[in-house]
Amino acid sequence: MNGGHKPRRHLLSITDLDAADIERICNLTESFAEVSRRRIPRVPALRGKTVVWLFYEDSTRTRLSFEAAAKQLSADTVNFSVGSSSVNKGESLRDTVETIEAMGIDAIVVRHSCAGVPHRVADWIDASVINAGDGCHEHPTQALLDLYTARARLGDLHGARVAIVGDVAHSRVARSDVLAFTAMGAEVTLVGPRPLLPASLEGWPVTVSHDLDSVLGEIDVCYLLRMQLEREAGGHVPSLREFRAEYGLDAARADRLRDGALIMHPGPINRGVEIDGDVVERPNVVITEQVANGVAVRMAVLFLLLGSGMDLTESEKMAA
Amino acid sequence: MTPRLAAVPRSGSVAIRGGTVVDSNGSRRADVLVGDGRIIAVDAADDASDVTADRVLDASGCLVAPGLVDLHVHLRQPGREDAETIETGARGAALGGFTAVVAMPNTTPTIDCAAVVREVQDLSDGACCDVYPSAAITLGRRGEELAPMAEMARLGVRMFTDDGAGVQSSRVMRRALEYASGLDHLAGGAAVVLAQHCEVEELSEGGCMHEGEWSSRLGLGGQPAEAEELMVMRDIALARLTGSRVHFQHLSTAGSVAMVRAAKQAGLPVTAEATTHHFTLTDSCCADYDTVFKVHPPLRTEADVAAIRAGLSDGTIDAIATDHAPHTSADKEKPFDSAPPGMLGLETALALALTELDLPAEQILALMSWRPAAIAGIDDRHGRPVAPGEPANLCVIDPAAEWTVSGEDMASPSRNTPYEGRRLKGRVRHTLLDAAPVVIDGEAQR
Repeated sequence: MNGGHKPRRHLLSITDLDAADIERICNLTESFAEVSRRRIPRVPALRGKTVVWLFYEDSTRTRLSFEAAAKQLSADTVNFSVGSSSVNKGESLRDTVETIEAMGIDAIVVRHSCAGVPHRVADWIDASVINAGDGCHEHPTQALLDLYTARARLGDLHGARVAIVGDVAHSRVARSDVLAFTAMGAEVTLVGPRPLLPASLEGWPVTVSHDLDSVLGEIDVCYLLRMQLEREAGGHVPSLREFRAEYGLDAARADRLRDGALIMHPGPINRGVEIDGDVVERPNVVITEQVANGVAVRMAVLFLLLGSGMDLTESEKMAA
Repeated sequence: MTPRLAAVPRSGSVAIRGGTVVDSNGSRRADVLVGDGRIIAVDAADDASDVTADRVLDASGCLVAPGLVDLHVHLRQPGREDAETIETGARGAALGGFTAVVAMPNTTPTIDCAAVVREVQDLSDGACCDVYPSAAITLGRRGEELAPMAEMARLGVRMFTDDGAGVQSSRVMRRALEYASGLDHLAGGAAVVLAQHCEVEELSEGGCMHEGEWSSRLGLGGQPAEAEELMVMRDIALARLTGSRVHFQHLSTAGSVAMVRAAKQAGLPVTAEATTHHFTLTDSCCADYDTVFKVHPPLRTEADVAAIRAGLSDGTIDAIATDHAPHTSADKEKPFDSAPPGMLGLETALALALTELDLPAEQILALMSWRPAAIAGIDDRHGRPVAPGEPANLCVIDPAAEWTVSGEDMASPSRNTPYEGRRLKGRVRHTLLDAAPVVIDGEAQR
């Protein structure tokens, strides 16, 4: 059953989803989280389906997470990882993906250092395309797992206040998170120095602050972005030392968060830059839960796009 | 009294019958007889049925105008003949009504010495339109040492530009302007002009579209309008300092238009062009990451488009250019940040101007024929009045013809038109180069 939802073919951006879709993914995620906890964590939901990883950019976490998700759904997977060093820059992207599609595949999970590559791939092929991170644009499955993790701890996010802190300008996680959290009714504040915020925020449903200390006491989620260490060299900030002093979450700042407020991070963390080592161990830091939920969220996304519209219980019955 | 056309039958003559002549002297109903490279007669008689010539071209309902002049094309030869050649580019130009184009020097090798100028001139022999090579201001367009401008001016080069890049160093640009101002005697009396692609690379680096709402949303690196405007500002100052002419290529921002307007009011020797895409498309076109919309300078905002249109309307901008920039599909199918910038323009420019600009045809023709001809120093052959004895470089335009743009149908081996599928009004029916019909009824004859 499709449950009245429009069938989706691709997940390129959080804007491809409406609130009902996100709700459905969260519900599916809950079911799949249960599957993951089984002794043999596997359902035949995507048996016979082939999913290809097309990673033009190094990624360990995201690829492993997708890989685990596909395996638990019994999909076949093919890895077409192309380290940036081995890819001839002159090669046409289109030739590559058309070759892959000719092998008979159902979905391509794409990561690329340039924004928009998954969109272009989706224009060229019939298989489903999932954006696993495109340049500084979006990383929708990360946002979905962030959302799921926050909901699991905080409940309904309507009216929840989320601060996204650090290098927003160059963060695909931030763009997806802004869209996902606001779609579910949360209020988002971007916090960072001006050179690390997008050049224009026209049309963004957010508020902006350059003063982390002034927002700490009012938020339910403190989402810290990974600081790319080359931003110092690029002159975006005077030094990492100064960035840490102004925007790093040290113990004193973490103490000022409200009770129950969550500390999130997409990983991998730079200890001592955006977050101090001793803060990482606090109980309101949910970074490990984010990683754990990532598998179930990606199962939900793969199932939603490739599961021929059947719902989970139906698929389980089939398996029985 | 002008002789009746019938009275001057000549071998190889062509009569253009039934049209309205439009040139820098205004418009009037007239038939035109051409032959031996020149206009033989212009006959205003209403009853032209007795016109005889070896060939008669129907111009009923059409404008008969001096051939169009494009100050800015990339013909890719030598070096990237898979994207375009001088032959195919000139054919596209003729189909678009152009009888003259100025070819940019960013070929491989760069047009920065006499040998490459000669090669381009040789390859242009017999092409569907006159191809005037421009040459680099600096060796290899690196912005460091001046190219041998005198040597190239002696061969007929009138325009120098590092197009694709601006001359970053103020010192180098100052010297280039000073040096060029002493070259007019080599150019047969026509003025030599330096044309600048205005872009301060320190600000534009890493940007592949206009910096603003859309680049921020799409996660693509942006080039702020100020990257262009700072160099426009600097070069206006250098024009004041040196007294030399500066031509601003492809202006794309409201700020640039305002500065050029003020500079002209101050009497400084500056001219400017704008491309068809900068008055018809905005940065929102990049929303689907389609690299056909990637171009330098980038597509800007609606406010910038409005400013460009106003500049065209009030004469701040002297000319419409195409910045015709063919690229192979393989190149354009790269990711947005690494795909080459540029779009086809020759076959759509006139129709876009007629369709999109709220200007009388005569003003559009001024922007596309006689004014650019004067800037390029080729107004001895192009943009001339339609009058007996003048060179017969003409185009015949059907302003009412509607058609649908298709990259597939264009002369270029490349397909990167951003207007695919768009309905336009106004089409070139015939083009004549030195009295020879190179386009008849929209079909290239060479």
